[in-house]
Amino acid sequence: MTSVLTVDDSASIRRTIKIALTGEDYAVTEAADGAEGLREADAGKFDLIITDLNMPIMDGLTMIRELRKKPAHAGVPILFLTTESDAGIKAEAKAAGATGWVTKPFDPENLIKVVKRILAK
Amino acid sequence: MSKDEGIEIFRVEAQELLEQIEQGLLDLANNPGNKELVATVFRALHTLKGSGAMFGFDALASFTHHCETAFDRVRKGEVPATKELVTAVLNAMDHMRALAEKRPVAVGEGDALLAALERVVGQAESKAAPSLHPAPAAKPAGGLATWHIVFTLGADVLVNGTRPLPMLDELRALGACPGGACRISAITSAIPPLGKLIPTECYMGWDVTLTTGEPRAAIEEVFMFVIDDMTLDISAAAIPETTAANEPAPTPEPDAAAADAKTWRPDASVRVPAVRLDELMDRVGELVIAQSRLKQIANASTDMNLRSVAEDIEHLASELRDSMMSVRMVPVVQLFGRFRRLILDLARDTGKEIEMITEGETTELDKTVIERLADPLVHLIRNAADHGLEPPEERRAAGKPAKGRVTLTARQAGAEVVITVKDDGRGVNRARVRAKAEENGLILPGAVLGDQELLQLIFQPGFSTAATVTSLSGRGVGMDVVKRAIEALRGSLELSSPPGEGSEVSLRIPLTLAIIDGLLVRVGTARYVIPVSAVEECLELTPEQDLRSTGRSLLTIRDHLVPFVRLRDLFKTGTAPDRYQKIVVISTGTDRVGLVVDQILGDYQTVIKPLSPFHAGVGSFSGATILGDGNVALILDVGALTTSAAQHDQTPLRAAS
Repeated sequence: MTSVLTVDDSASIRRTIKIALTGEDYAVTEAADGAEGLREADAGKFDLIITDLNMPIMDGLTMIRELRKKPAHAGVPILFLTTESDAGIKAEAKAAGATGWVTKPFDPENLIKVVKRILAK
Repeated sequence: MSKDEGIEIFRVEAQELLEQIEQGLLDLANNPGNKELVATVFRALHTLKGSGAMFGFDALASFTHHCETAFDRVRKGEVPATKELVTAVLNAMDHMRALAEKRPVAVGEGDALLAALERVVGQAESKAAPSLHPAPAAKPAGGLATWHIVFTLGADVLVNGTRPLPMLDELRALGACPGGACRISAITSAIPPLGKLIPTECYMGWDVTLTTGEPRAAIEEVFMFVIDDMTLDISAAAIPETTAANEPAPTPEPDAAAADAKTWRPDASVRVPAVRLDELMDRVGELVIAQSRLKQIANASTDMNLRSVAEDIEHLASELRDSMMSVRMVPVVQLFGRFRRLILDLARDTGKEIEMITEGETTELDKTVIERLADPLVHLIRNAADHGLEPPEERRAAGKPAKGRVTLTARQAGAEVVITVKDDGRGVNRARVRAKAEENGLILPGAVLGDQELLQLIFQPGFSTAATVTSLSGRGVGMDVVKRAIEALRGSLELSSPPGEGSEVSLRIPLTLAIIDGLLVRVGTARYVIPVSAVEECLELTPEQDLRSTGRSLLTIRDHLVPFVRLRDLFKTGTAPDRYQKIVVISTGTDRVGLVVDQILGDYQTVIKPLSPFHAGVGSFSGATILGDGNVALILDVGALTTSAAQHDQTPLRAAS
């Protein structure tokens, strides 16, 4: 079963992602901030990580950089959630090692589409 | 259903966030310089905006966006967190709560609050909030369009989690509509040798031809995450097929596909200086040599990856060579056109009536070859008009139309182009040829010659049959010059002339000068290349046959006697023959000769390097080439070898007479 880690300080967003992806037969694990996300990522094995950028304790960019430092997480697709429409944050996140992004607000169907774009089924 | 559940969670979350914001603002009022507090408030506002928009709280999201923007400026240090600012946001809290609970709010309340906020920030936030809902995707254009998509991904995309396969799947899905199609081929040319290959890097590229009803934007969307770090070339390969059927009138605003298709015209051409093509051809030649080396290395290796890459490169190199050659091709019509004027002049000068007929003008030949064919052809046409065609009264007497006819034809035959110059004149006068040849000492008086051999004498140096030397032909340059010019092009020529019916000279010219397909053979310890175009078949020379034929050097192949030459003897290798020697039967139109070699090594596509001026006179070789292992192999001159074999064959005859 494909497993996904969703890292977001907003419980509602995590919930939406979980519901959308569970419906598509993905196993979803939640984390509320970057640090927790890092711990979860190390503890389990994930096929995809979806993370918010703006989070307390450790932000998304830092978490992505930390993940990419570890060989175990090289090649794991990481999607970030962003409301910013400017290219700057996207470029920064991609430089950190992110694979792609989902623009908030998102339609669960759109999220599924992007996830499928990233993951070979 | 899922959304409702999310909304419930959001309502709770919004309360928490609003409390966080309120608390943060109150703390900030007492502690204006605290960056952490500013960050906390900003983050909470940001989340409230984002989540609000997610669950349909558009008014909340839009309103919060303005507060967030104000706090973003505070965060960035552009605006101090003044008491007034904090108060303005605090004043807005109730409004946000109302929006979060979807309670009715007074008209204009939000605007007034925002105006107050803007005032204190000191600068009007005039810009409208960005559209929180993306515009609905454009409907696909009615017709199908074919796109040619070439892309390579950045080297680090694999590490960053990008998977090329889903992208290809997605492209394939775009072509999965009725009438759609998707053909994907991999570009593997950038894959380095195994030793230099870093497994985590992406070296591949893809070449996709996609027929789809979706707009270009849909294709670009496939690459949305990597579009900045890749090379992507999307071009319209054809005008949408169904456009004409569906839209009889031209649409005033063509869609992206049609606009792109417009820039592509089937007859668009580029003029390039010929020297640049030559340079390019040189490079392609070097590539072909390098590829041969690679093939050799790959064949000696057990590494399947290397072998498959080598195969791909071989394939690509040969395609590249073919397209390069086709670029250099020009139709012979250019050449034939020049001769119309020549025929007019000849008719005037000789007092003969001459018409010229040309056929196969669209046949294409390498530009360089065409240029070098002009002089020999002028000579042949002059000969035909001057020597071949009879004066009008003689023609009438022979029952022919008064108007003589010179026919110029071109046609492609395999890797060669055959150009013939034909006249309907009196044909070659054998008796005069013989008399002239005996006079010039080319043959012994009374020598027994076949008809073809007799005609071949015309091509011997210093031969000229014109009784009177006219200004048109017979200037001391004879058919031997023509023959040498054609052979310099690695071509051959043949003369046929049924008496009274005119004569016909056929020139067989290779399509290009630079590269040949060769058969690599070994004689002794050295290797040689035989042009494949001349090879008819390969046979084994059994030791029994070898012994039996020592005296006569003739071999019976399917009831035909074929002379053969032992290259080992000809080249004086001084080596013992291999037990199973091979015979490569070569042919130059009419003559067939067997070349005995020690071993046939295989197909070899090769670039011809001319021999140095010191060696240019060596009869048996037409050039040289560099083999994959860096050694030099000589290219056999098929024409010279068949001629020498024929002469060799004559020797006992001559001795007998």
